[in-house]
Amino acid sequence: MTDVRPAHPNALPARGARGPSGGLRPAHPNPLPARGEREPSVGETGHGRPLLDVRHLRIEFPTRRGVLTAVDDVTFAIAPGEVLGVVGESGAGKSLTGAAIIGLLEPPGHIAGGEILLDGARIDHLPHDEMRRVRGRRIGAIFQDPLASLDPLYSIGSQLIETIRTHLPMSEAAARTRAVELLQEVGIPAAARRIDHYPHQFSGGMRQRVVIALALAANPRLIIADEPTTALDVSIQAQIITLLRRLCREYGTAVMLITHDMGVIAETADRVAVMYAGRIVEIGPVADVIRAPKHPYTIGLMGSIPSVTADRERLVQIEGSMPRLTAIPSGCPFHPRCNRVFDRCLHERPELFDARTSRAACWLHAGES
Amino acid sequence: MSGPTLLQVSRVTKVFDVSPPWSARVLARQPRLLLHAVDDVSFAIRRGETLGLVGESGCGKSTVARLIVGLYRLSSGTITYDGLDVGALAKGRGPRSLRRKLQMIFQDPYASLNPRWRVADIVAEPIRAQRLLRGNRSIRARVDALLTQVGLAAADGQKYPHQFSGGQRQRISIARALASEPEFLVCDEPTSALDVSVQAQVLNLMRDLQRQLGLTYLFISHNLAVVHHVADRVGVMYLGRIVELAGKATLFTRPRHPYTRMLLDAIPDLAMTGKSRVPVAGEVPNPLSPPSGCTFHPRCPYANDRCRTEVPALKRAPGDEGAADDIVACHAVEESRLDVTPRVVRMAEET
Amino acid sequence: MSANRVAVALRQSWDSDLAYSFRHSPYAMAAAVVFLLCVGSSTFAPWVAPHNPFDLGQLDLSNSLKPPMWLQGGEPAFPLGTDDQGRDILSTILFGARISLAVGICSVLFSMVLGVGLGLLAGYVGGKTDAFIMRVADVQLSFPAILIALLIDGVARALLPRAHESLAFYVLVLSIGVSGWVQYARTVRGSTLVEKNKEYVQAARLFGIHPLAIMARHVLPNVLGPVLVIGTIHIATAIITEATLSFLGVGVPPTQPSLGTLIRIGNDFLFSGEWWVTLFPGIALVVMVLAINLLGDWLRDALNPRLRT
Ligand SMILES: Nc1ncnc2c1ncn2[C@@H]1O[C@H](COP(=O)(O)OP(=O)(O)OP(=O)(O)O)[C@@H](O)[C@H]1O
Ligand SMILES: Nc1ncnc2c1ncn2[C@@H]1O[C@H](COP(=O)(O)OP(=O)(O)OP(=O)(O)O)[C@@H](O)[C@H]1O
Ligand code: SF4
Ligand SMILES: [Mg+2]
Ligand SMILES: [Mg+2]
Repeated sequence: MTDVRPAHPNALPARGARGPSGGLRPAHPNPLPARGEREPSVGETGHGRPLLDVRHLRIEFPTRRGVLTAVDDVTFAIAPGEVLGVVGESGAGKSLTGAAIIGLLEPPGHIAGGEILLDGARIDHLPHDEMRRVRGRRIGAIFQDPLASLDPLYSIGSQLIETIRTHLPMSEAAARTRAVELLQEVGIPAAARRIDHYPHQFSGGMRQRVVIALALAANPRLIIADEPTTALDVSIQAQIITLLRRLCREYGTAVMLITHDMGVIAETADRVAVMYAGRIVEIGPVADVIRAPKHPYTIGLMGSIPSVTADRERLVQIEGSMPRLTAIPSGCPFHPRCNRVFDRCLHERPELFDARTSRAACWLHAGES
Repeated sequence: MSGPTLLQVSRVTKVFDVSPPWSARVLARQPRLLLHAVDDVSFAIRRGETLGLVGESGCGKSTVARLIVGLYRLSSGTITYDGLDVGALAKGRGPRSLRRKLQMIFQDPYASLNPRWRVADIVAEPIRAQRLLRGNRSIRARVDALLTQVGLAAADGQKYPHQFSGGQRQRISIARALASEPEFLVCDEPTSALDVSVQAQVLNLMRDLQRQLGLTYLFISHNLAVVHHVADRVGVMYLGRIVELAGKATLFTRPRHPYTRMLLDAIPDLAMTGKSRVPVAGEVPNPLSPPSGCTFHPRCPYANDRCRTEVPALKRAPGDEGAADDIVACHAVEESRLDVTPRVVRMAEET
Repeated sequence: MSANRVAVALRQSWDSDLAYSFRHSPYAMAAAVVFLLCVGSSTFAPWVAPHNPFDLGQLDLSNSLKPPMWLQGGEPAFPLGTDDQGRDILSTILFGARISLAVGICSVLFSMVLGVGLGLLAGYVGGKTDAFIMRVADVQLSFPAILIALLIDGVARALLPRAHESLAFYVLVLSIGVSGWVQYARTVRGSTLVEKNKEYVQAARLFGIHPLAIMARHVLPNVLGPVLVIGTIHIATAIITEATLSFLGVGVPPTQPSLGTLIRIGNDFLFSGEWWVTLFPGIALVVMVLAINLLGDWLRDALNPRLRT
């Protein structure tokens, strides 16, 4: 896959205009170009015009000790049929980003800046009812715990049928036929019989497939999958991953796959975004990020993964731990742990610079673009 | 690297009674239900080595761990540590010194520390309980030393667990386990709840401690790559039984049991060699009604009639010149129906 | 040095999440003020009350059934009027609240100790002990609390016909206390079942710590949160139970009237037009119970980590 770079990757001058102290509040991005003409997308995708376009997303939590910025200036895009993997340590802001896109941020968390566009139309700040229609119809969601997405009191069939009929004009019988098809699609054997079973009658891997069937019920263009395989055993993980990949290929569904398992990303994603302390530190084609990571954090991350093929005495170790939201360091948030830190890192916040095929938010790559 | 046998687990079985309450059994005529969480498991660990134990969720790994440290009573079989009977520990007897020498590190760094205690008190608990040191001053000095040893600051002792990240909490757990100067550590998925970069810190720390203190580990994980990194020998469990036990090199290059192969094939391919994972049909069966014969037969591509009826025994594979303790429980291997060298090529490519 | 430490501790607790949520909850603050007023004024009733209604020397029958001071015939000396024996209503309320609160708090403490102890035991030991304790709890739960209290009171009366007057307070505490332990036991058992399987308890077992010590030092502190919440709300229930019992005439004797007794006595005058004899003790009871309930509700929310921001 080659990365087709738009002519003007950094369409928002506001980013460059920030003071050297790296004030945390960027000036509001310039008004967008008029719809209709094909504007260069901010977060480029490998496939031309993006389906999902997230620009300068900032998520804040007002707390008694001041405002916490949990996601800060996150920009990326996903094209139809593309799988974007999002990796990062616990607390990096992956789930919040996903939740913001499907409009399920839990108060007091809220979108404090930036915008989210689906098919060119803004979906952040949609009224509650409209967002509910977008969710399910145009964006499907899969979460880590399949039990949390299924109602134990209803058979999986009635849940599927209800979801289908909420979003698509279909008769009960037609919806039922479609439900059976969906279950077959996600690999549930004897679907016609099992459709009347209740969630507890399924094993963990099967439940997760039912959840995927639910997410697919209305043929959404985009699926947000937040750790869909984390609770599952390796052997079942492989089944779910294969399934997601296939759906993506056959229906052109775009997937944002959130996980902290690099292995899953390596197999599934086309591009990968690495998050750290609420920001994207590196984004690029998956092979490049994994084989030749650019950001020191990604380099450390890749080195710390044990492998079954290489015998290593010690794993690469990134000293320290990710900062708390209350104490995000100035400049590059990774600088206290970085082994290549220099003066500039302490005071100025790096934006995403082109680093050959990928982009990294690191001053080491400032000159390359 | 490894010396004489330290821990000997012989034909150990653990049965849980998971029957419905007595009233339901009488009124609704429900039968008694017995769950064989661990079924006739035997292995030995030599001093100074690390035995890895892998398997899918619910296969009985944690139960083995708890049996060894005496948190559960054995249903049958024996476990001896340095010749002493560990089974007595579970009954509240057994020599105190044994308690000291066998310690455990748990999976969940959030649940394994009492949230209302200061870290210094948490780490000092085994010292006080075993009366290893007297006087607050010497205990405090020891706690400070332990915290420093696991890479924390002595001043951290005054904080509460919620003020630490997952990896730091796991360090506190390790410090606490080290407090009674154990020789043998049972590590039940110590890094499964941690991020990879944090996992690397903890794994490195555990390896350093093993060097410095001459510790012996039983290291449980469901992550084959982690086990590959830490273990000298590896046991593979499936539905309460060990199906293959072999030296690391053998197990990862020439896995014999079809289940071991399946697990290895299911590892995500980080090196992106273009290989896609082989998705395996089926899931772990219900342990309450395990399949007859070889419990793996419903998922096994090599299963035949014998597999469906006869339980395979753990033995050396035919024509195996490897170490005497590379053993596998599979009829197909015994009957030489399996090819033995499928993975060498990939290894060579990588290294 | 130690004063300094106290100051630090004070600052820390002021800064804590609980104190913060308290400072930001007007209901809780108002309720706390009212509750403290109730506790304070009734504790110091002998000094605060304008009269001592139980000093027979101070009573004057010519003062009987005076209306509140703002009505015609009222006197400023008796702000809320007097009852049929010429006792000042305000003073009887203050003294009565003292008894009501004492019964409420003591009986709740009693059921708390009983319930927490049995709940811990049931949850930690499990098996037959658990089954036995919980069956007893089930059986007890199928009787209304009032019935149990009546039963105990009746038995006490039959056993100690003479000493009953002086022991009335203790009998009351016992009967209300015994009828309330089940809720604590169930809550604590539930949390104990959860805590005991947590790995820090397993670790403590590994160090060879005695089960009783584990229960006391590890499990107990971690299951106490919900107990405190129930306890607070229970004080209100206990006060009402006491009032009901006293209203039914099986509570404290009329010579030492609690709020409930006052309401019962006043009830007789309701139809002859002297409403104040029963209304003011009634209001006092409602206000006190409401304040305690509001405090309990706040505590429940404040201790619930899911609701914390
Ligand atoms: N209600 C809240 N109030 C304050 N901070 C919050 C709240 N919810 C989430 N956060 C913070 O936002 C940050 C990002 O959380 P998020 O759930 O997105 O992390 P994540 O990357 O999905 O991590 P994980 O891998 O653990 O799921 C975390 O540091 C978290 O502490
Ligand atoms: N105390 C218990 N009572 C009844 N059944 C139990 C108990 N502990 C474990 N089991 C059962 O025994 C089997 C083995 O459990 P165990 O916890 O040892 O598995 P595991 O391999 O550690 O799995 P995981 O990877 O999920 O931790 C499971 O089926 C489990 O449900
Ligand atoms: S014994 Fe048979 S079923 Fe079991 S693993 Fe071997 S070949 Fe497969
Ligand atoms: Mg998350
Ligand atoms: Mg386990």
